[in-house]
Order: sequence, then C-alpha cells, then structure tokens
Amino acid sequence: MPKPVLFVTRKLPAPVEARAARDYDARLNADDTPRSPADILRLSAGADAILCCPAERLDADTIRALPASVKVIATFSVGYDHVDIGAARARGIVVCNTPDVLSVATAELAMLLILTAARRAGEGERMVRAGNWQGWAPTQLMGTQVSGRRLGIFGMGRIGREVARIARAFQMEVHYHDIARLPPELEQGATFHPNDETFLAVCEVLSLNAPGGDATRKWLNAGRIARLPKGAVIANAARGTLVDDAALIAALKSGQVAYAGLDVYDGEPNVNPGYRALENVVLLPHLGSATVETRAAMGHLALDGIDAVLAGRTPSNLVK
Amino acid sequence: MKPRLIVSRQIPPAVADRIRAEFDCPFPEGQDMDADTVIRMLTETRADALMLTSHLPFRAETIARIPDHVRIAATCSVGTDHIDIAAAKARGLPMSNTPDVLTECTADLTFMLILNACRRATEYAAIMRDGWRHGYGLGEMMGLRAWGKTLGILGLGRIGQAVAQRARGFGMTVLYSGPRRLPVDQEHGATYFADFRAMLPHCDILSLHAPGGAATAGIMNAETFALLPKGAVFVNAARGGLVDEDALIAALQSGHLFAAGLDVFRNEPEYDLRFAALPNVFLTPHMGSGTVETRNAMGFRTLDNIAAVLSGKPPLDPLWT
Repeated sequence: MPKPVLFVTRKLPAPVEARAARDYDARLNADDTPRSPADILRLSAGADAILCCPAERLDADTIRALPASVKVIATFSVGYDHVDIGAARARGIVVCNTPDVLSVATAELAMLLILTAARRAGEGERMVRAGNWQGWAPTQLMGTQVSGRRLGIFGMGRIGREVARIARAFQMEVHYHDIARLPPELEQGATFHPNDETFLAVCEVLSLNAPGGDATRKWLNAGRIARLPKGAVIANAARGTLVDDAALIAALKSGQVAYAGLDVYDGEPNVNPGYRALENVVLLPHLGSATVETRAAMGHLALDGIDAVLAGRTPSNLVK
Repeated sequence: MKPRLIVSRQIPPAVADRIRAEFDCPFPEGQDMDADTVIRMLTETRADALMLTSHLPFRAETIARIPDHVRIAATCSVGTDHIDIAAAKARGLPMSNTPDVLTECTADLTFMLILNACRRATEYAAIMRDGWRHGYGLGEMMGLRAWGKTLGILGLGRIGQAVAQRARGFGMTVLYSGPRRLPVDQEHGATYFADFRAMLPHCDILSLHAPGGAATAGIMNAETFALLPKGAVFVNAARGGLVDEDALIAALQSGHLFAAGLDVFRNEPEYDLRFAALPNVFLTPHMGSGTVETRNAMGFRTLDNIAAVLSGKPPLDPLWT
C-alpha cells in the first residue's frame, strides 16, 4: 500500500524531515522557497496532509480551492491566525498546531531579554568586541538588578506561567494581568490584577506574554507606559503588535522606560528605525522558539497530529 | 570633627553623598589615583582611612609607605587579588572587602551569559545590526534550549549557590565540584563530584565560580575542555586566570564547544582580541557586580567597614585576623 502524501511547505529541521520521509510520500522544500497560495494549491494536488508554517496564508479562498484529498492541515506554530479555521471546518479538514512545546524556549528568551537589557549587556558586548574597553571601573555600565524585583506578566498563559516559574528562581515578586484569574495551582502565589492601573504601577519589570490580535493591539501605549514606575524594564517575546513603537521609543529616550528587550516587532522584519539608534534596547530577530530541541519537538508534534488524523484518531493538538 | 577619608577611584553618586555627610574627603566622588598619588594624598590630608578598588595594586612596597595615621584600607570589591594580605597583616594595617553584597547580581549575570551563549545572541545581534529584512527558516539559526539541561558548577560558594538556585527555575540538573562537599541541606539536590574532571563529561553547561589564585590557575585547559561533551556551553563570570584562553579559543573554533559566555579575561582590559572575531562567544566587560544597587551596596559596605574600625571595632569583613 503506498504511503500517504504529505506536502511540507517549508524546510524543517533534519530529524523532522527524516521522519516525514520515512512515514510519508513527503513533498519537502529543500531550498526553503516561500510558497504562494498558487504554489500551495499546485503542490497539494493528491496530498492527504499539509504541514504548513506561519509564513503561508491559508485563507478561506485557498482552503476552499484545496483538493478533496486533503484531510488535515498541521501548522508548525502555536498561533493559527494564518489558517482560516472556519473554512477548514466547513470542508471537513482537521487543523492541528504545536502548543506547549515552545513555552519554555520562549519563556527563557523573555528572561534573556530582561537580563540582557537590565544589565546593559548589549552596550558591554559592543564595547568589548570593538576593542574599546578601558578596564573595570566602579561606575561603568551600571545597569539595574533583576533578582528580587517586582515582575509584571501581561498574559498568564502557558508561556507567561513559565516566565513566572523562572522569575521565582530569581526571587522576583510575580504579578499578572489577564482577562481572568487563574486557579491557585497555576497561580503559584502570583498576584492577580483585574485592571491594568494597579498592575502597571507595580511593574518594575514588565514581560509581555499575551496573544496578538485586535484585542491587544498597541496595548502598551503612551498612557500605559506613563503608569509604570519610572525606570521600568520591558521585555516583549510575544507579539510585536502589542506595543505602540513610537510611544516605547519616546519612553526609552526620556528614561521613563530604562531598558527594553524585544524579539518581535509590529511589521517585522521591518523594525521601527527609532529603535536602532538607541543604546538601551536589546533587539533580537524573532527567534523565541529557535532551539534545536524546541523546533524538533514542534515538528514531531505536528507530525503526531497528522499521523493521528490519517489513522482515524483524534489528535491531542487539535485546533477546536 | 569628621574622620578624613581618601577615595582612590571614581564611585557611584549615592556613595559619594554618604561620604559628604559622614567624612571629610577632598574628592567625595573619588578620583582615579595611582599608588604614588594615594600615598601623597593620605599624607597631605592626614587621612584616617583609605577606600580603594581593584585598579590599585596594593603590594608590600605600597603598604609599607602607608602613613601610620591611616587606620584602615578598605577595598570596594569582593576580589583581593590586587592586595598583599600577608604584608598588610605584618604591617598591622586592618583591611576589609565587600563579600555577599554582589552575590545576587553576579548570579543574575551568570545566567544572562548562559542564556545568551545558548541562544546565539551574538549572531542574532549581528543580524539586527545588518538590517534583518528576511525571515529565517524553521531549521535555521537554532540555538540550544537552556531549560532541562545539566549544569556543572565549579565552586559552590555564595555565588555558585545563587546560580544553582536560579538553575532550578530552568528545570536544570545541578552538579558541582570544589574542595569539599556542602552539608546536604545546602545542596538542594545538587550532586557533588570530588573529582572535577569526573564531573565534566556530564555537563551540558559548565559555569566557573571558583576563586582565582595558584590552586585554580588554568584549571580549564585543553585537557579539561576535551572532557566536556561535544556541543557544551562554557561560562566564566569568576576569574580570567581560571582559563587557558588558547585552549578555549581552539574549542570554540573547532565546534567542540557550542558557545561561551565570558565576563572575565586573563588580561583585562587588554583581553585577547581573537575572541572578538568569534561569533559563538558572548562578551561582557567584567560587569558581574555592575548594577546601581550592587555598586551602591559595595560602596556602603566599604564605608561600614571603615566606620567600624574608626569607632574602635574590628572590620565587619576583615581580610586578616
């Protein structure tokens, strides 16, 4: 019996591609060529399953035009804004994602941003690498201490809770703001703030871990920044759309925000040029989940979902 | 009358404010002085106390020239490599340092180095400086996840223990080695290796927290780096003298080490510029204690030691007894 056909839109980590090639008649993308909707429709011909990535748009029109052979779409991501779930459901196509497995990698990147920004390590690293270091001095590059500070987490989902766990190991006092309070076993002693006025006032360090979308667009705006304690540290390893870049840049210049660390940007990979002129911001290119372990786990989970659907089972990572 | 103080190095503003309030000092903000200037200033002002930092080599010949009216020399540092403690003791000059107050910030910085090394932050920063403008494939530019790794610590003293505590937040398994095993209640589950070399093959990440000096000089060399598993991450926020830098550079170039994070170097600040050419090393300029909070605390602790001695008590953190 021939293997089922799997169309993989982008180049994936080697162990994931090896498994795909072992278990499926896999249409891989060795050159990692971006795939347009037309490419997707062409390469899906006769396919039983599609393993896609956030870079591809599987909108309602594309999904309606997919061949009847397609039974499952698995996206190599937690987010599924790029897949029209309603259109897939209408066609009886199951959609899977990769929740959970990237929480720790993203949370540790948030802590990396907090530490690197607060400790002025971007400036330090540039100084040393350029050979401009004149030696240790008691007043050189004094940043701000991270351990023991009050941390506010905006968005206490899986990733936010991992950030909280790491923060507790740094003796940080954890506060959070979300649409609903968590049960105590998930809260782990963190203080819930139902409104953002009281929340923002305690955030010596603020970590953004909320989802994107219209409800949170430019949540961190000039008004909210003004409610933070002066000299706050901000990290965003979630979604660029959460931040009003012009307001944050102004606050980094005025000192209202002392340091920021950013992995994501509104309109990425274009970055507001205002950030590039600042010394007190650490910029990374949206690589929150980019670890060998995490990317392999994401790929395997996506394949687990496809395996399950094609075997007639309900996948654990079904998008409902 | 306020006691007279000389400060041989620029210090943080909050510390200078306290000096103005409590001492008679010609330069409360501190002024960078060499040994000759320090001796001259102490003599001219008939100073009661000297506050120094690690930039001032405090050798036997300098200690011999300290005027008798100076009742304490207090270093604003935890390290004492710059001080001939035996000479100070022979002279009967009380001396102090500032332990403890920089423990938390140094442990924070250690984890910053671990994360930046594991997550390829140097290369990511270069991408951003070059303008980014294109996304990366899902198999590209992957770092190592720190979470769940096995961390080896050489020297589970105050800073080493603070690093171990942070490691638990990342679900890490902690191993340690040092001259003696800690009491079980202070180990918090860390596994002791009497033989440092025997620990190395088990370390995904190795972080040094041992003191400098002859006993540990070059403890990381070609042989010990080779004992780490291929793809290990190496971090040093302790002392540059612990490392044979030729061997470290070779291990980074060959890929035996995945990456390193370094806050200290064998020759500071004339550190080996071959490091600057390597993409898989994250470099910071000896800033383990570099926060306003900690530098202030170090300055205040130094002044507390001086005040204790000037009021007839022993120093709080004596370098000799």
